[in-house]
Amino acid sequence: MQFLADLFLHLYEEYDINFIVFFDQWEFDRYVKAIGLTLKLSVLCIMFSLLIGVAGAWLQRSRVAPVRWLVYAYVQVFRNTPPLAQLYFFYFGLGTIMPRFRNEMGLMEPFLGNFEWAVLALSLFAGAFNVEIFRSGVEAVPKTTVEAASALGYSRLKAYIYVIFPLAFRISLPGLINNIVNLLKTTSIAYAIGVAEVLYVAQQVWAVEFNVPEMMTLVLVTYLAIVSIFVWLMSRLRRHMRIPGYDM
Amino acid sequence: MTCKATKNSQGLQFGGTMPVLHPVRLPHKHFCPYSGVPYVNFHIWHGVLLIATLALVVTASASTGDQGRLGIWDTLVKWTPLLLSGFSVNLLMSIAAMAIGTVFGVILGLCQISLMPQIRTGSWLLTQIFRNSPWLVTLFYVMYVIPFEFDLFGTRIALSDWSKATFGLSLPVMANVSEIVRGGVQSIPAVQWEAARGLAFNHRQTLWMIILPQAAKRMLPPWMNLYAILTMATVLGNIVGVTEALTLTREIIAAEARTDLLLPLYGYVLLMFFLYVFPISRLTIYLERKWAVDA
Repeated sequence: MQFLADLFLHLYEEYDINFIVFFDQWEFDRYVKAIGLTLKLSVLCIMFSLLIGVAGAWLQRSRVAPVRWLVYAYVQVFRNTPPLAQLYFFYFGLGTIMPRFRNEMGLMEPFLGNFEWAVLALSLFAGAFNVEIFRSGVEAVPKTTVEAASALGYSRLKAYIYVIFPLAFRISLPGLINNIVNLLKTTSIAYAIGVAEVLYVAQQVWAVEFNVPEMMTLVLVTYLAIVSIFVWLMSRLRRHMRIPGYDM
Repeated sequence: MTCKATKNSQGLQFGGTMPVLHPVRLPHKHFCPYSGVPYVNFHIWHGVLLIATLALVVTASASTGDQGRLGIWDTLVKWTPLLLSGFSVNLLMSIAAMAIGTVFGVILGLCQISLMPQIRTGSWLLTQIFRNSPWLVTLFYVMYVIPFEFDLFGTRIALSDWSKATFGLSLPVMANVSEIVRGGVQSIPAVQWEAARGLAFNHRQTLWMIILPQAAKRMLPPWMNLYAILTMATVLGNIVGVTEALTLTREIIAAEARTDLLLPLYGYVLLMFFLYVFPISRLTIYLERKWAVDA
């Protein structure tokens, strides 16, 4: 670690290439914290968007027509509008009309902070795609399998939980991975409402150090690393969940 | 909205549907198998309800327009020309970025299926870098690394914010088009190559006269989908200081200094994008199903 710090310090002093994050402890901690926040934001959004996706795909098969229309409208609205505009709509539009309360220091505090709004908006955005992905996965489960389950006495819900969903999940996994990679990249727009994630902190660093190309390169490499690690983990998951006879 | 029935696969048809008692509960058919649009049967009372709701909203917002302030509805109408001019900047950026990205993306995609390993690896790497980094990050990269003006043969050329942002957006488009081209070409069955070789076509002839014409049909839907994504990404220009729809919205809100406008105005911008993007994505799905290869 010390070697790396020396290397980058040398690079700075000799060639004026300023990767300050690697040789300044304070900036290093700040950047690591930012990566942590990006990961936290990503994990929360992935979880909530998966929940939304599963619930939405289930509701889309509902016997009540207005429920189906509502899910359809939700999916289409969130798929066909810019995520940044959605984020602004939530944070500036809904955020300002939400109730405020007094915290222990006696200051007025909004009901949800910018991080929470980012989680909410991005989850809804990715969730809309997940609904469609799960739906096509559920539809791709062979009809004979569903019929076999109901012949064995599974109720509608039980058949969904024990038979349809496990198969549908495997079928929709490639689409899901694609969407989550997209979500990981979209978390960078939380920068716009001041969530201190990677891009935001990088911007704060270059505002002081004037090392824009270096910081931008670092941000690019950070995102590439996050996405690559995620894709690698998912390919392991796919191999782990493989069912012989179902080549997906 | 109704949906035309697709071709009857049996060919044999009885007059009208016969009541059949099925041994199992048949799955609900909520979506037209052809266009993916959900079945919605509109009745007159739906329209009456819709108009009544709209009228109620308008009168309610108009009635708040006392004490010298315009109602929400009137305010939206007042700012519509400005918002539309901002929206046209978004559209201009999306079309320009799509054109640039497509030209370079096709070249890069063809490099990815080149017979020379070095070119293949290099173009693959370039594609992966721009495909897997966030659009906002590439946009920042271009905005900060490219100078705002430079000298070309003695004449000073100034680059406007929006042209730089367009270039920044065209990079991820390029990478995605490259992947579409590669995927489209590789989705053509290998027998097509073999058959072409059997008919004495050389590699280049096979690619240009046999493979690419077939692949083009498969590449069009994802390409249109990419355009929809790009159009929605143009609002990122707001963060890097391009005067587009979302930037103007913020300025309007600042000028009006009214918090009750926040929700309607942002909703209005969302609606604009929705009305533009939704038909494109429907058409994409339609073409995708129409040209789908039967497995």
